[in-house]
Amino acid sequence: MLDAAGIGLGHYLTVAAILFTLGVFGIFLNRKNIIIILMSVELILLAVNINFVAFSAQLNDLAGQVFALLILTVAAAEAAIGLAILVIFYRNRGTIAVEDVNQLKG
Amino acid sequence: MIQAIVFFPLIGALVAGLLGRVIGHRTSEYVTTGLLIVSALLAWAVFLPYVFNGGEAAGVTKVHVLDWVHSGPLTLDWILRVDTLTAVMLVVVTTVSSLVHVYSIGYMADDPHRARFFAYLSLFTFAMLMLVTADNFLQMFFGWEGVGLASYLLIGFWYTRPSANAAAIKAFVVNRVGDFGFALGIFAAFMVLGHLGFDDAFAAVSGQAGKTMHFLSWNFDAMTVVCLLLFMGAMGKSAQFLLHTWLPDAMEGPTPVSALIHAATMVTAGVFMVARLSPMFEASPFAMSVVFVIGAITAFFAATVGLVQNDIKRVIAYSTCSQLGYMFVALGAGVYSVGIFHLFTHAFFKALLFLGAGSVIHAMHHEQDMRNMGGLAKKIPATYWLMVVGTLALTGVGIPGTPIGFAGFLSKDAIIETAYSVGGNLGTFGFWSLTIAACFTSFYSWRLIHLTFHGEPRHDAPAIADVHDQSSHAEPDDAHDDHGHAHGSAYDNAHESPPVMLVPLYILGAGAVLSGMVFTGFFFANPELVEHFFHGAVAVVVERYEAAHGVPFLVSSAATIAMLIGFGVAWYMYMVDKAAPRRLAQANPGLYQFLLNKWYFDELYDLIFVRPAFWIGNALWKGFDDWLVDQTIVEGLGHRVKDVTNRVVRLQSGYLYTYAFVMLIGVALLLTWAIVAGGLLG
Repeated sequence: MLDAAGIGLGHYLTVAAILFTLGVFGIFLNRKNIIIILMSVELILLAVNINFVAFSAQLNDLAGQVFALLILTVAAAEAAIGLAILVIFYRNRGTIAVEDVNQLKG
Repeated sequence: MIQAIVFFPLIGALVAGLLGRVIGHRTSEYVTTGLLIVSALLAWAVFLPYVFNGGEAAGVTKVHVLDWVHSGPLTLDWILRVDTLTAVMLVVVTTVSSLVHVYSIGYMADDPHRARFFAYLSLFTFAMLMLVTADNFLQMFFGWEGVGLASYLLIGFWYTRPSANAAAIKAFVVNRVGDFGFALGIFAAFMVLGHLGFDDAFAAVSGQAGKTMHFLSWNFDAMTVVCLLLFMGAMGKSAQFLLHTWLPDAMEGPTPVSALIHAATMVTAGVFMVARLSPMFEASPFAMSVVFVIGAITAFFAATVGLVQNDIKRVIAYSTCSQLGYMFVALGAGVYSVGIFHLFTHAFFKALLFLGAGSVIHAMHHEQDMRNMGGLAKKIPATYWLMVVGTLALTGVGIPGTPIGFAGFLSKDAIIETAYSVGGNLGTFGFWSLTIAACFTSFYSWRLIHLTFHGEPRHDAPAIADVHDQSSHAEPDDAHDDHGHAHGSAYDNAHESPPVMLVPLYILGAGAVLSGMVFTGFFFANPELVEHFFHGAVAVVVERYEAAHGVPFLVSSAATIAMLIGFGVAWYMYMVDKAAPRRLAQANPGLYQFLLNKWYFDELYDLIFVRPAFWIGNALWKGFDDWLVDQTIVEGLGHRVKDVTNRVVRLQSGYLYTYAFVMLIGVALLLTWAIVAGGLLG
């Protein structure tokens, strides 16, 4: 089923891995905007989702797809909370530049 | 009754000291003084049976107060021991103390801390009574340290005055030197004799003849070591040569304190101690010779310094030092009762002189420099005549060959005779130093009288400027001198002291006249009576008394001749040719400065002990404590930790991407490890 058009599990996993890597590098190479970090987090989650769905189809087990839906819900909620924090943060500090967000240092 | 004598002063001290603020100054004065007077009357009641019935009939009373230490062979209890020697001391201490209490009511009338003063006085009296009633070494040590403490507190009584604090510390520290020896002596006595109770220890002495002590590859005669160590304590407390430096400075205290502690009682504790331990000293002829020589040197040395002092109290202080030397000569000659006799008479006339000097100082509004006095005889006649009586007693006026004379005549001449009768080089040395000292004594005593009471008032004459003035003026430091200076000079405003100050002087004056004549038989003149009176309380060797009585007439009158010479010279220099002292000082500037600066002992000690002590203290403070302990070890370790953490803390950049990166690396490492080693999954 998966390899109807010559596309197999390996391809899905490769896409997921590329997405995941993009997401990770988006987090720590990004020096500008916190929103991009949030977007990167979403990318990582989506990469995971692709893995779940791919394995679900491969193994004929619906649990993976149910998990994917659950992760989408959590990701939506997380994005909402993250943006809300971002708004509050902007009100307090007047900036959302990553360079200025260093209050956690020792 | 004996408990009452000893503990009434303690009660007084506690009441005045702890409740003084509540019950007020006036009540404190009355309570302490009243209790002391009762104590003194009881002391006389204890003493008189010894006089009338002798030491055997009156016996040795031991009052067991408390158990103290019972540990193996060591058994110590608080026991009040009364024998003839103690009875004499009880009388001296309580009588002088009660008179000083009464006197202080007048003298300290303007002081804002009177309750504290009386508490200290009574505390001192209690400690002194514990000392003289001790039945073992440790109890004696308790009293010994107690009087030292009270002395410290009283010298520094005017604590706003830096010189008083310095003098108090000096007295305390110098006494520590002596007490160090005393404590070692007690240890040695316990080691050698096996007992700390006096009776047991004395009984053990006879078995120790010729025994030696091994110390650092030397062998010492055991009893000599014990006695010399104990005598070191006596030297400190009694201000003997080398450890005398604290006594003149102690005059910073109020004058009644000088009279009570630094003339009549505490400084004689060393004399009492040697007399009490006479059976031990008898076992060591060498220690006796040391006592004799130190006493003779002190008598001579202090008398020479007394010649040129200008502070009225310092003259009397050096006189005290000198007279204490006389007492030790008597002890060293083995006639202990004579030493005690001089202690007894000296207590009366020296307390009289000090309190008289206090009366003068009171009249002159705290002026102590004799160069600014003069002509006071007309202003304060009662004080004048009492001071003359005291001087006659101190200089030993009497008729040679008869037992008629003032107190000092009988006791001091007895000492000079015994010193001569010792014979040999020792006796010659003792005799001549004491005789010359007697001449000096007479000179400086009459100099004091002439400068203070005779001639013209010199109140407005500038103090002689060619000598640096090192006498300690009693500057009015706080409110206790708020009268007088308003107008007119101190001389014009000089006033006779109130009766509360004069009555004690009259009583002491009577003692200074009579105590010698009345008691000479018991202490010296009649050897059988001496033995009968003391009955073993001190060692009495009749032959020595007989030898002393057998000296040539010229010897027995030597003191009187010396006294007359001193009187004549003083009369000439201070009454006839008044420029003579200045001429003499200018003709012998070296000698004059040498004496004026007290043989440079203070400077010498400063160089040998004080500065090195400061230097070592400074080195330990700056080098050891500050540098090594504080900076290197304590703060150094702290600094290293801080350095490390400062580097560690840079890892916490605060940037989210750093944390994320570190987390990623961590996860990657963990996974790598899991896959390679099969750790997590395998």
